[in-house]
Amino acid sequence: MTPGITFTIDGKQVTAAPGQTIIEAADTAGIYIPRLCHKPGLEPFGSCRLCTVTVGGRPCSSCTQPAAEGIVVESDTDELNEHRRALLEMLFVEGNHFCMFCEKSGNCELQALAYKFGITAPSFTYQWQKHDVDASHPQILIDRNRCILCARCVRASQDLDGKSVFGFVGRGPNKRLAVNAEARLSDTNVDVTDEALDVCPVGALLRKHVGYKVPIGKRQFDHTPIGSDVEGEPAPDDCGCGGAENVCQCTQSE
Amino acid sequence: MGENQKARIATTSLAGCFGCHMSLLDIDERILQLAELVVFDKSPINDIKQFTGRCDVGLIEGGCCNEHNVEVLRDFRKHCDILISIGDCATMGGIPALRNTVPLQECLDEAYRDGPSVHNPSGMIPNDVELPLILDKVYPAHEVVKIDYHLPGCPPSADTLWEALVALLTAKPVELPYELVKYD
Repeated sequence: MTPGITFTIDGKQVTAAPGQTIIEAADTAGIYIPRLCHKPGLEPFGSCRLCTVTVGGRPCSSCTQPAAEGIVVESDTDELNEHRRALLEMLFVEGNHFCMFCEKSGNCELQALAYKFGITAPSFTYQWQKHDVDASHPQILIDRNRCILCARCVRASQDLDGKSVFGFVGRGPNKRLAVNAEARLSDTNVDVTDEALDVCPVGALLRKHVGYKVPIGKRQFDHTPIGSDVEGEPAPDDCGCGGAENVCQCTQSE
Repeated sequence: MGENQKARIATTSLAGCFGCHMSLLDIDERILQLAELVVFDKSPINDIKQFTGRCDVGLIEGGCCNEHNVEVLRDFRKHCDILISIGDCATMGGIPALRNTVPLQECLDEAYRDGPSVHNPSGMIPNDVELPLILDKVYPAHEVVKIDYHLPGCPPSADTLWEALVALLTAKPVELPYELVKYD
């Protein structure tokens, strides 16, 4: 047993391994901090700000902030949850999210977080910005209407697939997901087996021809709120289960 | 309960497909219980065209795609104590709002002039005084009037509508279980 860093999250004592971020330690301890751009196995990015917690009263993103001895972290507070709710609502009015015909519905992390925060309709005005769809690839689809610019696919393609198929161009409201080719996804070296396709939290990056393999009603978040896997029973030490990545720490270190 | 003591309820379908009304009818035999609790005022269910009095609850299906929708919605706001948006079209625009990223002129041209199945040699776009003017965009109901509750879903399930209505009509807080608030 290596000496751990001990600190508290919402008053609960937590132990982190040296080098672990706050959100990683929270996951291990069974405390779910909402997140969109963070995904275990990918480099921390710190862009979505949903995982913002306060450390000693100061806000910081828990996916980038290393755990430190004795810090006092607050996450599940009315104020932070109000901010998270507002961030989610902004994402819903900035993109064009038509859940009723989205293949990702029920498995979508953005939607699941909106369910978790009890959003029935956003309080902001819809923007209806025009975004492009790139269906050029025979097996893969990009729908930028749904893209939340979390950069999971950018990081996964670069770090896990070793390809750099995706990147961002433009700034502010004009920022968009671009592909590493003159124009179209079909001109890149993306492959249907790329891990970049597995990490999209929304329905922006999809494999074609498998849309409704799992029917609506039997999907990940249809009956279970997002974060339940983190808050559930901690994985046994020798699990090797290959189960939900947020629970099973042993599968992450591979 | 006498007819006078029952809650009055009105419903309408604006820029919607009537799917939400179908879902309301999907409460099956509970519709008899609903009849015990409410009297229907203006609604396509009983085909009453004009409000006959003040209503306790108004159910809005669909967003606003033309000036008639706006007028009906404002009329509902005027006559109903509580307005509920039901379905994704009312809460976010829904399928009709797919046109919102396309300029209106392009939409009209595609529908009445350039579409592959269109035969319209004069190139006329329908413009009769009887036709309500189309809006530049499709608006969710809460961007036009104040909406008190939203029940998303395409459509919201019969259970969702039932649970919410019964809670409201029996003066209980509308707190729906996780499974009943879905966007799909």
